[in-house]
Amino acid sequence: MPPGITLAADAPGLSAANTGFMLICSALVMLMTPGLAFFYGGMVRVKSTLNMLMMCFISLGIVTILWVLYGFSLAFGTDSGSLIGWSSDYVGLSGIGINQLWDGYTIPVYVFAVFQLMFAIITPALISGALADRVKFTAWALFVALWATVVYFPVAHWVWGSGGWLFEMGVIDFAGGTAVHINAGAAALGVILVIGKRVGFKKDPMRPHSLPLVMLGAGLLWFGWFGFNAGSWLGNDDGVGAVMFVNTQVATAAAMLAWLAYEKIRHGSFTTLGAASGAVAGLVAITPSGGSSSPLGAIAIGAVAGLLCAMAVGLKYRFGYDDSLDVVGVHLVGGVVGSLLVGFFATGGVQSDAKGLFYGGGFEQLGKQAVGVFAVLAYSLIVSAILALVLDKTIGMRVGEDDEISGIDQVEHAETAYDFSGAGGGAGSRKTAPAPAETVAAAPQTRKVDA
Amino acid sequence: MKLITAVVKPHRLDEIKEALQAFGVQGLTVTEASGYGRQRGHTEVYRGAEYTVDLVPKIRIEVLAEDDDADQLIEVVVKAARTGKIGDGKVWSVPVDTAVRVRTGERGPDAL
Repeated sequence: MPPGITLAADAPGLSAANTGFMLICSALVMLMTPGLAFFYGGMVRVKSTLNMLMMCFISLGIVTILWVLYGFSLAFGTDSGSLIGWSSDYVGLSGIGINQLWDGYTIPVYVFAVFQLMFAIITPALISGALADRVKFTAWALFVALWATVVYFPVAHWVWGSGGWLFEMGVIDFAGGTAVHINAGAAALGVILVIGKRVGFKKDPMRPHSLPLVMLGAGLLWFGWFGFNAGSWLGNDDGVGAVMFVNTQVATAAAMLAWLAYEKIRHGSFTTLGAASGAVAGLVAITPSGGSSSPLGAIAIGAVAGLLCAMAVGLKYRFGYDDSLDVVGVHLVGGVVGSLLVGFFATGGVQSDAKGLFYGGGFEQLGKQAVGVFAVLAYSLIVSAILALVLDKTIGMRVGEDDEISGIDQVEHAETAYDFSGAGGGAGSRKTAPAPAETVAAAPQTRKVDA
Repeated sequence: MKLITAVVKPHRLDEIKEALQAFGVQGLTVTEASGYGRQRGHTEVYRGAEYTVDLVPKIRIEVLAEDDDADQLIEVVVKAARTGKIGDGKVWSVPVDTAVRVRTGERGPDAL
């Protein structure tokens, strides 16, 4: 055993059960990001499938490193002015003891840090759905790094950090309705207002290329969301994690059914995309309230969110902003609905004593929720738009029009998602034949494969 | 000689093949195709946005026939392809100057 390593038995208060539970929850939340990649990836056209997958996947790389370097410290370090945190022990996760417990809980700081890391990863990835088909990958990667730093880390501190102003005010955001979904949805709106529409928006058909991929992604999101919500109690020794599990399941089911019912009445069919979208809307809406509502309340929250999100996705056509995959319609609207409904459905029994309007609590909690919603929405929208504007004026946010039309996968990634060619030479031939050993150094370095 | 071309619904392929074999046709070519006639395509709905899909899947069957057989062959194909519903397709014939069997070099009717 290396020096300095002590066994759990030497750490009084550590719960092996809760620690194991939280490690599994963290892994479940990690799976949501690839799940999101498939959810979005199936909704774009064939020519930009890989770019969509990559926009989500790159967040796993960038945010992980930033989180260890300084993100965890900014979000969960010692509070400074209610707006941001900082603890030098958290920089590089260097000063944390292996058996040091997270403040007031039975799990190690490391476990809390990785659990929260997974939230930090998926939030910027959520934004990417609004930017499908048209953003330079370098600009996107820079945006993720900047956005996580100046928007996500501070907002996570406001909402969840000890001393954060929304946390101290009593705004309830159990697992990320404001910090994750409203935050990402508002950012998506801010960026698309700057970068504009896809070429051919409202004129060309832009049908999803693979609804099975969308369903696979939605299924993975639903599965991973149990980690997201059930894990947010940071343990399950009092059974509360199980309440979140139940609420997550029933709200999602209700939202899916509500979306499908709306579609059947409004458009005549029960669609696959509707089922997947309704489920995600329900997951988004129950996220803030999973710890404060009863199962019946969760059904109501899910149904309202399913219905309102189904109605909201049409707004982009009415107002003319190109939210490609409805990040605003599903995540912003779903997040706002879920966060505000806490003010109606909080039972006062589980996460906090605060009661909502339907449980005799008056308007107080609703007012607090509204402040949380508005503050995060406004901050994220404005700062994200500024970031996009700066990137657009410096390195440029969008790929060229020709490249957008021919397909962003080839231009940005030198790959295509599927090989549709039949027999013969259509499958592509190697551009550079294997060179004799002595000339390898002089051989041209060709990166791009024949189209 | 005539080249008879039929663009028809994909699910009629087996019936058409059997009918042609019963008629004595030795070979045919089948291609996947897409298109529309007077009925146009269909509508699909994604999150409330409606898309008109004009080009619907079809198959294209090509058969070479001797002049005397051509009209009867067209009738065979039409009968086998017909469902009575909209979008059943079309069959037509065009004159062919020559045909060569690649393996033997036989020409004209001998090549069929």
